[in-house]
Amino acid sequence: MKTQTANKTQNVTEKTERITGSEAIIRCLIAEGVDILYGYPGGAIMPVYDELYKFKDQISHILTRHEQGAAHAAQGYARISGRVGVAMATSGPGATNLVTGIADAQIDSTPLVCITGQVASHLLGSDAFQETDIVGISTPVTKWNCQVTEASQIPEALAKAFYLAKSGRPGPVLVDITKDAQFGELDFKYEKCKGVRSYIPVPPTDLETVAKAAELINNAKKPLIVWGQGIILSQAEEQLKAVIEKAGIPSAWTILGASAIPTSHPLNIGMVGMHGNYAPNVLTNECDVLIAIGMRFDDRVTGNLNTYAKQAKVIHFEIDPAEVDKNVKTDVAVLGDAKSSLTALLPLLNNNTHNEWHQKFKDLYAIEFEKIIKDDITPTKEGLTMGEVLRQININTKGNAAIVSDVGQHQMIACRYSEFNITKSNITSGGLGTMGFALPAAIGAKMAAPDREVVAIIGDGGYQMTIQELGTIFQNKVPVKIVVLNNEFLGMVRQWQQLFFDKRYASTEMTNPDFVTIAKGYYIEGKRVTKRDELATAVKEMIASKDAYFLEVCVEKEDNVFPMIPSGASVSDIRLS
Amino acid sequence: MSEEIKSFTISVYTENNIGLLNRISAIFQRRHINIESLTTSQSEIENVNRFVIVVNITESQAIKVVKQIEKQVEALRAYYHTDEETIYTESCMFKIKSDLLFEEPQIQNIIKDSNARIVTVNKKFFVLEKSGRRHEIELLRRELNVFGIMQFVRSGRIAVTKEEMKISEMLSAFNNQL
Ligand SMILES: Cc1ncc(C[n+]2csc(CCOP(=O)(O)OP(=O)(O)O)c2C)c(N)n1
Repeated sequence: MKTQTANKTQNVTEKTERITGSEAIIRCLIAEGVDILYGYPGGAIMPVYDELYKFKDQISHILTRHEQGAAHAAQGYARISGRVGVAMATSGPGATNLVTGIADAQIDSTPLVCITGQVASHLLGSDAFQETDIVGISTPVTKWNCQVTEASQIPEALAKAFYLAKSGRPGPVLVDITKDAQFGELDFKYEKCKGVRSYIPVPPTDLETVAKAAELINNAKKPLIVWGQGIILSQAEEQLKAVIEKAGIPSAWTILGASAIPTSHPLNIGMVGMHGNYAPNVLTNECDVLIAIGMRFDDRVTGNLNTYAKQAKVIHFEIDPAEVDKNVKTDVAVLGDAKSSLTALLPLLNNNTHNEWHQKFKDLYAIEFEKIIKDDITPTKEGLTMGEVLRQININTKGNAAIVSDVGQHQMIACRYSEFNITKSNITSGGLGTMGFALPAAIGAKMAAPDREVVAIIGDGGYQMTIQELGTIFQNKVPVKIVVLNNEFLGMVRQWQQLFFDKRYASTEMTNPDFVTIAKGYYIEGKRVTKRDELATAVKEMIASKDAYFLEVCVEKEDNVFPMIPSGASVSDIRLS
Repeated sequence: MSEEIKSFTISVYTENNIGLLNRISAIFQRRHINIESLTTSQSEIENVNRFVIVVNITESQAIKVVKQIEKQVEALRAYYHTDEETIYTESCMFKIKSDLLFEEPQIQNIIKDSNARIVTVNKKFFVLEKSGRRHEIELLRRELNVFGIMQFVRSGRIAVTKEEMKISEMLSAFNNQL
């Protein structure tokens, strides 16, 4: 690490003390305000665990049942709180087990600091026991990473790690620390990092482009806003709401933008993308000005790029210059933090209502409601639907829960039908689509926000990818509510097989164990619901529980999620059946 | 809408950091872009390295790649230029049997005409060095190949740009914020 000259630092502790590298690691974490970290011990990280033992009244370490669980728990912690999540693992398999969570955090811009133990520096490169090149492996999926081989480098490396994870567009960083660096001594002094000269976290908002954007918006007859997680990351919820209300613009969200504006807000017109709402998808190809804020035009959002919003002028509010013109060519790019850009935009906007334009959204919503939503959330057929389970959860949590969903049909249903009053409440694996995310992420979310109701919505497939985290829930008495929507299929894949592979259900049917008994084995209260008349009370009972609770709902086996934009199709060719 | 594929020289100013080469090459690998050549060296600024990367891509790819390189924490700045916008050269070395120098007088003319330089001569072999454009080096290689080449090696392209790249200004702006 040759970066001494390159970093701006701020003094926190003045005097130095002679301590070990492993103690320094813990002291750095405490100085960064870390109260909880998630991890799993092993040979190469044992000196740090020894210090965790000594400092356990100041910082708690949660032993997950798999390092992937530690990474996802740290993500859940970060996503609900906006703080940096911390995960720790030993070298070799411990480190590689973190990788899925790191990749997930990278694509979903989640601030994470991962600390891995590494074999002693004299063994590096020699295929030593449990040696793996985790810096090399994690390079493409981290915002930044480094290897520390001397105790004296630890404070600076960790200060930089926390700064980079959280600043600008957040992301995961990894610091790999050799065992001799943990055992070695240093004169400890912690200085928080305030800047890195080769890194511009937030490009300054350019008022000229803001003015251009305002002019386009003021002249628009049919403006449409699509916001993403950038609103949540820059804490611009109030600013967005003010812009939407002043200019009267129908506004839709990407999956990671959900909950930034309450579901009940009249100008909140729903989700865009593959299983998003009918109106915002169809009208994306009819709006005259498309205003994208803190979103990155993912292919699951845009469908076929050649037919995406071609008629519209595109304004892109974005913190990351590499996202501008990456997928969709913009007419006006406003670089900068969403909060400051929207603050600058607001006074330049004319008051407007766009009533006629808004009516189009209402008309299309009515069609979607008739053809899909009604039967999803208040079905009349015999089999239970995922949508009606979500409706019961909404009723019982009054829209105040944080919903942590896994990946698949249940995720799309959860995002479509959850009611959100509070921001940062939709915690799901968006960009990577990582099955197994929800159960451990719910643990982290609940621990970061103990006063919130945290409900995990998981498929029977994804549940079994990280089911062992029930042990973490039990041991640490984490009162999360776990809902498994069991269709005895890898439902989303089965849906594609039905629609695009002539119903050849190759390896998607699941013969499942008795999930309630498994929960009970971990001393977690549980119930299975198979009939509609049991559902309402079961959900009520689950939400009322003070402890962790497991609810399995056996839903219709072969239900499909609609609307749907088939991959490669245009957003306006979204299918209702 | 297929855009023309051209040769672009991508110049990257970076901190001197161990993992950065990996990070930068991964950006090309992810997009399935073949790197024609890559050299890295000290730049005009102390403790700042410079990468010179040559790729055959479209201009819109070049724009995206440059932004993704700049996004890397330890990359200071990245630029792309066409061949016309740079002054560039490659260099190469030939190891050839010394006997030939005396047995084949034509070789002496080839060396003279090509502006190649004799680096060393001993009883067994002599070493020729030449800098220049690719086609000049290729011509020389073909001409010498007739007589037999013991070893040949060619470097990647190095290039300076006609345009000014304001790295020092950027660094002093950072220092002034301190
Ligand atoms: C780790 C991982 N492996 C494979 C996939 C591909 N995949 C996407 S959805 C899905 C099915 C999920 O099934 P289940 O968890 O039962 O949820 P459902 O769709 O039935 O609601 C699969 C296999 C994935 N997203 N993540």
